[in-house]
Amino acid sequence: MSEGYHIVVCAGIVPDPLQTLQPVQTPTGWGLKNEMMLPAVLDPWAAHALYEAAHLAKKTPGSKVYLVSLAPKAKLQQVMMTVAQKAAFELVPVDGPASGFTEAFEVASALYEAIMGIAGLDRNKLLLFGGWESASRGAGSTLQILGEMLQIHDQFQGVDECTVNPDGSLQILERVEGGNHQVSVCKGPPVVLGWATGNLPEPPNNPQIGMSNMRTIMPALQKAKTAKIGADGVFFGSVELPKQLRQTRVVKDAQVDEIAREILEWIRK
Amino acid sequence: MTNETLSVDRQEIAVDIACVGFGPATAGFLTTLSQTLMNSDGSPAIESRVMPGAPLQVVCYERADDVGFAVSGVVTRARAIRTTFPALNLQDIPLATAVSREELVYLLDPIGASRRPWYMRFADKTIRALRRILPYEKEALRLPYIPPFLRKDDGLLLSLGQFHQWVASQLLASGLVQIWPGTPVAEPLIEGDSVKGVRLADQGVTKDGTPTESFMPGMDILADLVVVGDGPVGPVGRKLEEKFGGSKPSHLNEWAVGMKMVVDLPENCTLPEGTVIHTFGFPEPEIFGFLYVYRDRVASLGIFVPSWFQNPVRSAYRYLQHWMLHPYLWQHLEGGTLRSWGAKSLKESGKLGEPELIGNGFARIGEGSGSTNVLTGSGVDEAWLTGALLAQAVIQLAKNGQTFSKENLEKTYLKLRRGSWLETEATIAQHARNGFHWGFFSGLLGMSLAGFTHGMLHFPRRKKNHRMPSLEEFFKNRIAPEEIAQIRKECYAKGKSLHDALMTKAGWPEIPFDNKLLVSHQDALLLGGKVQAPDSYADHVLFLYPELCDACGVKLCAEMCSGQAITPNPNGGRPNFDREKCVHCGACLWNCTQAQPTDPDKTAVEFRAGAGGLHSAEN
Repeated sequence: MSEGYHIVVCAGIVPDPLQTLQPVQTPTGWGLKNEMMLPAVLDPWAAHALYEAAHLAKKTPGSKVYLVSLAPKAKLQQVMMTVAQKAAFELVPVDGPASGFTEAFEVASALYEAIMGIAGLDRNKLLLFGGWESASRGAGSTLQILGEMLQIHDQFQGVDECTVNPDGSLQILERVEGGNHQVSVCKGPPVVLGWATGNLPEPPNNPQIGMSNMRTIMPALQKAKTAKIGADGVFFGSVELPKQLRQTRVVKDAQVDEIAREILEWIRK
Repeated sequence: MTNETLSVDRQEIAVDIACVGFGPATAGFLTTLSQTLMNSDGSPAIESRVMPGAPLQVVCYERADDVGFAVSGVVTRARAIRTTFPALNLQDIPLATAVSREELVYLLDPIGASRRPWYMRFADKTIRALRRILPYEKEALRLPYIPPFLRKDDGLLLSLGQFHQWVASQLLASGLVQIWPGTPVAEPLIEGDSVKGVRLADQGVTKDGTPTESFMPGMDILADLVVVGDGPVGPVGRKLEEKFGGSKPSHLNEWAVGMKMVVDLPENCTLPEGTVIHTFGFPEPEIFGFLYVYRDRVASLGIFVPSWFQNPVRSAYRYLQHWMLHPYLWQHLEGGTLRSWGAKSLKESGKLGEPELIGNGFARIGEGSGSTNVLTGSGVDEAWLTGALLAQAVIQLAKNGQTFSKENLEKTYLKLRRGSWLETEATIAQHARNGFHWGFFSGLLGMSLAGFTHGMLHFPRRKKNHRMPSLEEFFKNRIAPEEIAQIRKECYAKGKSLHDALMTKAGWPEIPFDNKLLVSHQDALLLGGKVQAPDSYADHVLFLYPELCDACGVKLCAEMCSGQAITPNPNGGRPNFDREKCVHCGACLWNCTQAQPTDPDKTAVEFRAGAGGLHSAEN
């Protein structure tokens, strides 16, 4: 496709998954204990979507990547200092909560507004990328709702690969049960792809890309509109972290079969 | 493979100022600088040379994956920080708390395993005998008097990670400086007697540095001024010391590992917020401890294990647990939960370890520049001041259109630094630790002498470094040589360090893990430190001489390794290194007991630029 794609990647931020998370009631509803103290990262599934978008854009001249992110502006800016070195994109920030204790329709509506405000966005070139799932406490339905709002009916979830065929159609591999992929072909944009982990490694940090991105990221952040997002009308019956039991043992060079056998034994206990 | 042996096309970018490392010194530098870069009408107050019409182009490269992944529980008078932020509101900084009360506590040995000289054993017995009339509580004696040079009456408690996040968010919001985490700097670019910039670490290489198909050579960042704030073990600072001179060989005796935890205190804990407790005497006489109570019942606590603790299997983690279990502290900690854990090396030589602070195109700030004051037990505010002073100098030079030459930096930065309270106090403190090279009591006496006489009286320095005793010498009369030999054989065959087995044998009780606060060393890494290491970089710890490692009888690099990243190699030769456990504390660099054959002032460990490390912003 010579004219290129307009790839819009929707990516929120989440607390660095390595942090200790503890749900607590706050005056404004559920949240995480010390949430603003926690370092944040781009939602890992959405980050893979960004890498795939950058890869596709690089292979398809004339393409452009937009990163649409609903997050507290200050936290988003901090995250951008890492993400901006990975791939070239134009940031479309929306200032608002990224706690995950939000209502998916409201989030999708805010993202819709932001996408519709992108100057020069061509629906006929539009690939809407995002994470198949989210490391936040979101319902995992935002991308689908957003796709429907944009009246994009070709939607694929759990995508691991997207290949452009010579005729411009897209071949898409979706995860299905049993470790297999379902292969689909659609004629092309507009299309929604909810990415799983994909096949690409995390790109190295490239300071030149970072500095180039930063020329547009900073003004965009300064102009970011605030979205009123909450969880009005949503009732959380209970909120809790998955129970975890931890046992650590350091073993070097153990065989895979041996590790699997030991884990099974441990689970059965 | 080193940068020099690779023939590759490196990308270059030019900036006005490149900073290496985002610590408190660089934070002070960037904050002070950014307050002056723009005029009120939005025009640049100082114009960029590399981008005419724009303000100064200032970038900062930080090795860690986030600006908040720093380590230090800080009690500080915050004089310099408050000067920069006159309207400082502690509520704006998570965990920041005003100091409300201070204790200096001598911890007796409740176990009988501590290696105490006769006079400390006598002191313990006497204190117990007089406990009804002394301020004694749970095997501890609260000293009725805290020397003024140690007091932090008007001070603050900070989490360095949270403070960094707070400062960085303001800096980034200003849009005037760029801070790039996850970007290790490999070395300075030196031409003749000038520094022309820095080179970032290569990516897309194997652990041994061999380029892969995704090889991306580290970019050259050309800069008029390189601000070096990469800490005491940073590769850029150490390269500059090699080239331009620096601290004397005695620096090997002037280190400590600080290991700490951040803890949710139990609900029944009665320690008021703002409490500061400093301890000495236990678990070993040479080990000092601290416990600071932030707001919301969170505490920062830890110990310092110094280089003058002549224990060939010194290890911070096990000692930290025994320290927490001391009855005086455990009464407050029992039932608490680990939130965060970390460790770092502290360059405690202060002014004695001061390197060449300036040169053509570079200036050094922060701990690596010798700013830590061991007499007052303070380093963060001092580091901040060095950065703030350099920023003032840079503004002056840039506004006058002058270059960042050695001569100009001497007239500005060096002059400001020499005329500051930092210099006055560093001079008082410079010999304060000499006594510890002679022993524990003489160390305390030396600190007092230096403190009360403003540095006029102090113990003399020992001319030669102590030789680390052998295991057999250290455990004489406690563990038989045959038992040591057996433990060594068994542990090394399993690739384990020796300290756990030897401490247990020497009478230290096993740690009663509760899986909340008392956890295994590996769980502390995973739960508290969340240690990470990205691939695509070369290993940053190198053992340069396998034959020396083979001959080394103590392998202190492995014993002292804060994250158990270094372990003895069952096959002999170089120890194993697992960077996915490395917290980048740099202890291996100065704990190695082997001197390089070509340079006896250097150890046989090389500590290079590397990415990753701790992933906690609360330390």
